Amino acid sequence: MTATTAIGAGLNRIEAAAKVTGAARYAGEIPLDGHAYGSVVQSTIARGQVTMIDADAVLARPGVLAVLTHDNAPRLHRADDTDAELLVLQDDRVRYRGQAVALVIAETLEQARAGAELLDVTYQPEDHDVVFAADHPRLYAPEHVNPNYPTDTSVGDVDAALASAAIVVDATYSTPAEHNNPMEPHAAIAQWDGDRLTVYDSNQGATSVRQALTTLFGLADGAVRVLSEHVGGGFGAKGSTRPHAVLAAMGARFTERPIRVTLTRQQMFAMVGYRTPTIQHMRLGADADATLVALEHTAYSQTSQVLEFAEQTALISRLMYAAPNLRTRHRVVALDVPTPRWMRAPGEAPGSFALESAMDELATACGVDPIELRVRNEPSVEPDSGLPFSSRNLIACLHEGAERFGWASRDPRPGVRRDGRWLIGTGVASSTYPARSAPSTAAATALADGSFVVEITASDIGTGARTALTQIAADELRAPTERVEVRIGDSDFGQAMIAGGSMGTASWSWAIAKACRELLHTLHEIGTVPPEGVTAHADTAEDIKAQAQLSRHAFGAQFAEVRVDVDTGEVRVPRLCGVFAAGRIINAKTGRSQLIGGMTMGIGMALLEEGVMDPQFGDYVNHDLASYHVPVNGDVHDIDVSWIDEHDDRLNPVGVKGIGEIGIVGTAAALANAVWHATGHRHRHLPIRPDRVLTSLA
Amino acid sequence: MRQFGYERPEYAADAVALAERPEVRYLAGGTNLVDLMKLGVETPDLLVDVSALPYEFVQEDLDGLVRIGAGVRNSDLAAHALIRSRYPVLAQAVLAGASGQLRNMATVGGNLLQRTRCVYFQDVSKPCNKRMPGSGCPARKGDHHNLAILGASDQCIATNPSDMAVALTALDAVVHVQDHAGPHEVPLAELYRLPGSDPQRETTLAPGALITAVDLPTLPFARRSRYRKARERASYSFAIGSVAAALDVEGDVVRDVRLAFGAVAPVPWRARTAEAALVGGPVNEEAFRAAAEAELAAAEPLRDNAYKVPLITNLVVRTLAELAAGS
Repeated sequence: MTATTAIGAGLNRIEAAAKVTGAARYAGEIPLDGHAYGSVVQSTIARGQVTMIDADAVLARPGVLAVLTHDNAPRLHRADDTDAELLVLQDDRVRYRGQAVALVIAETLEQARAGAELLDVTYQPEDHDVVFAADHPRLYAPEHVNPNYPTDTSVGDVDAALASAAIVVDATYSTPAEHNNPMEPHAAIAQWDGDRLTVYDSNQGATSVRQALTTLFGLADGAVRVLSEHVGGGFGAKGSTRPHAVLAAMGARFTERPIRVTLTRQQMFAMVGYRTPTIQHMRLGADADATLVALEHTAYSQTSQVLEFAEQTALISRLMYAAPNLRTRHRVVALDVPTPRWMRAPGEAPGSFALESAMDELATACGVDPIELRVRNEPSVEPDSGLPFSSRNLIACLHEGAERFGWASRDPRPGVRRDGRWLIGTGVASSTYPARSAPSTAAATALADGSFVVEITASDIGTGARTALTQIAADELRAPTERVEVRIGDSDFGQAMIAGGSMGTASWSWAIAKACRELLHTLHEIGTVPPEGVTAHADTAEDIKAQAQLSRHAFGAQFAEVRVDVDTGEVRVPRLCGVFAAGRIINAKTGRSQLIGGMTMGIGMALLEEGVMDPQFGDYVNHDLASYHVPVNGDVHDIDVSWIDEHDDRLNPVGVKGIGEIGIVGTAAALANAVWHATGHRHRHLPIRPDRVLTSLA
Repeated sequence: MRQFGYERPEYAADAVALAERPEVRYLAGGTNLVDLMKLGVETPDLLVDVSALPYEFVQEDLDGLVRIGAGVRNSDLAAHALIRSRYPVLAQAVLAGASGQLRNMATVGGNLLQRTRCVYFQDVSKPCNKRMPGSGCPARKGDHHNLAILGASDQCIATNPSDMAVALTALDAVVHVQDHAGPHEVPLAELYRLPGSDPQRETTLAPGALITAVDLPTLPFARRSRYRKARERASYSFAIGSVAAALDVEGDVVRDVRLAFGAVAPVPWRARTAEAALVGGPVNEEAFRAAAEAELAAAEPLRDNAYKVPLITNLVVRTLAELAAGS
């Protein structure tokens, strides 16, 4: 492992001054000579056919340069792995409401938007099917779940074990559609130079966007360059190429000018992915001494008619607790809805709400403390696969959190603590997220002046990745951070993992460490740096392929206190406490921020966030930030975040597990468990809105 | 956003003359109108900016009547010493609305005339009788968990979103209006219309009418008043139910009371039935609850908004109890 000097320090973000002074430019702000604007026109039916688009009136408006539709848009190429959602304006089919049906291009943003508003599109609508249900007749078992986990697993005989279990919890939980709302809306500006395409795009991984655009436009390798120096959040919604980037490139090709396409906040609710609603049936069986004998997790989710996305909701139940009889299943239904995609901790976020709520119910049924229940059912190997864990410090997190939170004095009885008009309760839940690495490339260069440059197509979506990677490179190069420049967000630096799946730092640090070590080796051999500098390249593909088969996961424990207003059903969260075991934390400041951010988003998931599908239209009708509520400062009080000093040398050279997702895993369950403890009422459907709480109190 | 013209007159008469055509809108803080223009809900061809008009005052006359200029920013109103001491319900209501940044822009006049936040009204790709008369009301079958239980019609179940207007309604505020006929006064209760069969008509104002000021009658017992707003998050969201109340108690008897509800009706809802039930009656929670229930007997909840009945009832009981206790 690397000798640490910079790693672990709370270094300020390297680009902080540029960001707060506005010098840092985001994709929607990049000015290219002579650029024009594209405004997306979305379908207003959920299923059917575009029968006519009358563009003449719009084309006659001042400033309008073109109206791209399926009739005149450039034809796109597809490969086997092409994301069908990117095949925009290729045919007249409408597969969900909010699908792009045209792009109006004009000299100014206002002209483009006005044209898009006025464009006359005629449809032949067909009956749509948008209502997700666990008894939907078209539910099916997908071939695998995201990204490539088995759909169903089974160990032992769950039914027999449940039949003879002393205590059984059998409950159904559900979570609504939740929408990624990074602060920066998706934006791209595209420019062609012959058959070379340059796109400044807001994404979580420039090389994956480069690959998609290369295929779609039938270009040679190396013909596309994607630049994403600064990105204002993603939460998964920018993890894959999104239609706005394709539309910008199409518009630029059609008009032979640079074209900028920026989605509006409202458009994002249909065009960038969201978290599928889930319905989850949990069956837990235990002995009288609270030892699990059976665990069954059946998860239902929706996908679109465009492509299959199968949320890995029940994955968490395959590894958390030692149930000798263990069955997990996923079923999906394809509806006439926008395609759900990744949203912070796909799988584990909704899955942990069901599993960790059910564990709380089981603790009550068994009459044991919820922490003790988890301790008694701590597995020695991954229950589903039998693989050893590379490291697992869940119990340490639970105990450390209990100490910090003051759990020991808790009265387990629900509905008995009152302060004026408030009911008070506390709850706990476990957290986990896979710790994976993916192949990446990097280059490290020593310059003659004694400084270093590291180039990698990493993506800093606001997490502090640029700063963390600088700390890693500095330690590897045994140089102070001031002498190391890490350049990111340019696909010309070569293939690298996206900032997603909590895999960014784990994957990039590996490639950087390898390149830096190679560079030091070269420098040792040649003695002095030549005037032109010297560069070492690294590719971790073979290293990752050679990794031992292990269960690699981060773990954590979350504690919540809630106050419930008996008159209004309003739930307030005076404090949250999270303790995590996530390998090495590279930057104490940005790492803490990221975990606080995850837990804050967990408050949103538990109490606020809900995409409301209106079956009349097939639309998520509350598609703005006034009606789709995310937490504001007033909702967030004390959040105590800490981590256990965890050294796991079977992960990657730097010992990183990744912390992008785990902060949101378990928060909603801890809060729901606390609401039960406060009120005596179990909320199995999220979010726990005041109207629902008030109704339950009546 | 479509193209539009812009004027910034210095005299009210000029503003009114410019604004008589239906395609013209007054622009004050712009916190709602500009959003609606971006959404295509409002498509004025001319904005008449009223910020140069001399309406940024809060003053008291010799009789103790307080007059608030229509151009006073929400932040300034809530911070004003007269308002805070004599009409705490109003200061609290204003501070319960929106965010600090929005309150710094939004004005009294604009706040009174803001539009419903019903999601169907705000989406031009969907029918809405208020926006497009006769096109239908999808909210009845759709998302109405925060829409009206009182005063609605089969044409429209939108709610008035203002917090400030609920307090002003409780205080019997009077609105000063200037239109083509000259200046005149309208009690706030007569400014708003229930939707009936023509929900596109939300006020009794004549075309081009300009709100210039709001009067608060002297109401000594309003020093003991408060606004309680329930909402889905702690700040920066519209009410799911709110109560503005002022209470005058003599011994064990309610001498006078003012009560208005927000987020339950197409207009700020003055609870006159409840007030009548309370006056002369005892000061206890049973009486408060009975009065609220009497008011809400007319409620017609839909599939997903029935919770507003117990919510408002609880808020009435609690707010009056707190006022009675002097807390």
